[in-house]
Amino acid sequence: MSTSMSIGLSHYLVVAAILFTIGVFGIFVNRKNVIIILMSIELILLAVNINFVAFATHSGDIAGQVFALFILTVAAAEAAVGLAILVVYFRNRGDIAVEDINLMKG
Amino acid sequence: MLYKVILFAPLIGALIAGLFGKRIGDKGAQSVTTGLLILSAILSWMAFIKVGYGHSSFEVDLLRYVDVGDFKANWAIKIDTLTAVMLVVVTSVSALVHVYSWGYMKDDPGKARFFSYLSYFTFAMLMLVTSNNFIQLFFGWEGVGVASYLLIGFWYKKPSANAAAIKAFVTNRVGDVGLALGIFTIYLVFGSVNYDTVFAHIHDKQDLVLPFLGMEFGAMELIAGLLFIGAMGKSAQFVLHVWLPDAMEGPTPVSALIHAATMVTAGVFLVCRAAPIYDAAPHVAAFVTILGAFTAFFAATVGLVQNDIKRVIAFSTCSQLGYMFFAAGVGSYDAAMFHLFTHAFFKALLFLCAGSVIVALHHEQDMRKMGGIHKLIPVTYIFMIIGTLALTGVGIPGTSIGFAGFFSKDAIIEAAYAAGAGGHNAPAVFAFWMGLIAAGMTSFYSWRLLFMTFHGRFRGDPETLKHAHESPLSMTVPLALLAIGALFAGLFMAKQFIGFGGSAEISNGFWNGALPGTGIVEHAADAHGAAAEHGGGGHHDFPLWVLWAPFVVTLGGFILAWLMYIRNDGTQKRINAKGGMLYNFLLNKWYIDELYEATVVRLVRKLGDLFWKIGDVKIIDGLGPNGFAAMALASGKRLSKFQSGYLYHYAFVMLVGLAGLVAYIAMKAAG
Repeated sequence: MSTSMSIGLSHYLVVAAILFTIGVFGIFVNRKNVIIILMSIELILLAVNINFVAFATHSGDIAGQVFALFILTVAAAEAAVGLAILVVYFRNRGDIAVEDINLMKG
Repeated sequence: MLYKVILFAPLIGALIAGLFGKRIGDKGAQSVTTGLLILSAILSWMAFIKVGYGHSSFEVDLLRYVDVGDFKANWAIKIDTLTAVMLVVVTSVSALVHVYSWGYMKDDPGKARFFSYLSYFTFAMLMLVTSNNFIQLFFGWEGVGVASYLLIGFWYKKPSANAAAIKAFVTNRVGDVGLALGIFTIYLVFGSVNYDTVFAHIHDKQDLVLPFLGMEFGAMELIAGLLFIGAMGKSAQFVLHVWLPDAMEGPTPVSALIHAATMVTAGVFLVCRAAPIYDAAPHVAAFVTILGAFTAFFAATVGLVQNDIKRVIAFSTCSQLGYMFFAAGVGSYDAAMFHLFTHAFFKALLFLCAGSVIVALHHEQDMRKMGGIHKLIPVTYIFMIIGTLALTGVGIPGTSIGFAGFFSKDAIIEAAYAAGAGGHNAPAVFAFWMGLIAAGMTSFYSWRLLFMTFHGRFRGDPETLKHAHESPLSMTVPLALLAIGALFAGLFMAKQFIGFGGSAEISNGFWNGALPGTGIVEHAADAHGAAAEHGGGGHHDFPLWVLWAPFVVTLGGFILAWLMYIRNDGTQKRINAKGGMLYNFLLNKWYIDELYEATVVRLVRKLGDLFWKIGDVKIIDGLGPNGFAAMALASGKRLSKFQSGYLYHYAFVMLVGLAGLVAYIAMKAAG
């Protein structure tokens, strides 16, 4: 182990990519309920945020960090709206299992 | 103007009856068509007298029918003696048949349609005979074919009538292929389809040789042969005769008009009209002689044993047409036309008499269920006897006393003898003997018909006999007029038509050059010798036995029929019971229909099945409309699986798409 294994940009990007992938898989592999999809979307957004911040630090541009704050705000709003939809949906159908949500089927 | 009225009166009648039949009612339709036809017939006789006795002939162009490059065909009226004879025959018989149909079709619901068809037929036939070119002839030829189809299948609810109509139409198509090819060849060789142009240049093209079906033919032989194939179809000559007996499914007036007097003689007319071509084609002329003679013989043998009254007469027609053809084949066109003329009267008479019998016995046509009715329908009986005497050609040889057939048929037989007398014309000799034998058989089957129908005991349902009645006046008057024709047509016209009794000059003047071998008036003296050679010279050059032979065989036929059907009443029953091989062979018409069924019909049906079930259904429909439909359906089904309705599927697709797009852009930026 070398003394100064500095944490570089690529580490952050790898973490972000892993988070992103987990988020994507969370959407597809999940068969259980819609809340997990919402959580997965949060994960994806977080991955994007990490990327923003990492690049911002790396290139010394504050704009990326500002953007990350915006995204957090939007994500919070989205989570609120999404959960609200979910509640209404549950009230209407009594179930939020992903398999049963296929009203868009042609 | 006179001629235009003759031609177009039937067309107008047909149109009025056909289009407005419902509005003017049955009586109206009948009156209009019959009236116009009678007008046409009267004018035809005027034209006949003017042309035949006034020695005038002319052509009028009505309009240009086809004008494409070098190919021109007019719609024209050509009036010469040949046409005038046909005009008289067609319009007279047609007018009488129209009148007769008032009675015969009294209870039929489709009267307006029937009379419309009859008039339309007459128009088409007139187009055929007044043409001055082969194209218009073809038009008329097909027109009468359509009329024949419509009228044979007039009772279209009867499957047998439909089958017969289709059979007639299809068989005629076979012949028409020949006719059409013949006309094509004429245009190819002569560059024109006008009779006059074509006939004027025959000598220039005499040595021309044309390839056909991988063989070489003389141009004239080829044309004559192809035209004759057409004539064989229309005139029901052997090989293509099969449709005529079945055509008896049509109403009897139709049989009289179309399948005895007029349409079936179109083939004979064609050969006579194209006589210069046949004169230039000796091989085909020999073929015509042989085939005509064979048909005369063949049809007569079949006629001997048939039991349907109309079929006997149909085979008789077929046989008589054979006579006309071999007369034309040996170059005696005038005798052929004369027989056509007389035959039209007595054969129409026989058919209409048969119709009268059929009506009297409530549509019974089987002679085995008739008999002994001469007291019940004496008028029909008398006219039937006259028709039979005319058909069998009763007359005293060496004199000019006899019925119509005596003059024309004996003239044909003698012409065949004269043509074969030199010993170098074997077909003519063949024709002479066949004609003679057929004359004996004609006598037998005609008298057999008469005896079976009118004499002996009644063999049908006694109930029918109680209601048997003489036909109304509308039916007996036409019979009477035709009987006059059958009695006197020969007597009064023999001099004009065939130069009977050494009157070649009268005959030459009458024909006025319309037929080869008959001169123009001015040159009558020069043509005298030639005319005599063509059988126009009268009776004086023949050995006595030739003159008497037809008389003797006719008498023999009569006696045999009398012995078999009057003296020994049960002969028919015994023959039926015994049913020897020869009897069955003849009864089944030499098994020609069966032969065709087994070979041609089955082959064609198989071919049709192949094209239908494999070619059309499987290949065209299968790959075409149905194939595309099935493909669209299948791909739609497959594509619709993408539309699962699960959100994550859509998200996934979006993601993959986005990744792809980003990758693409990145690659592009890098590269």
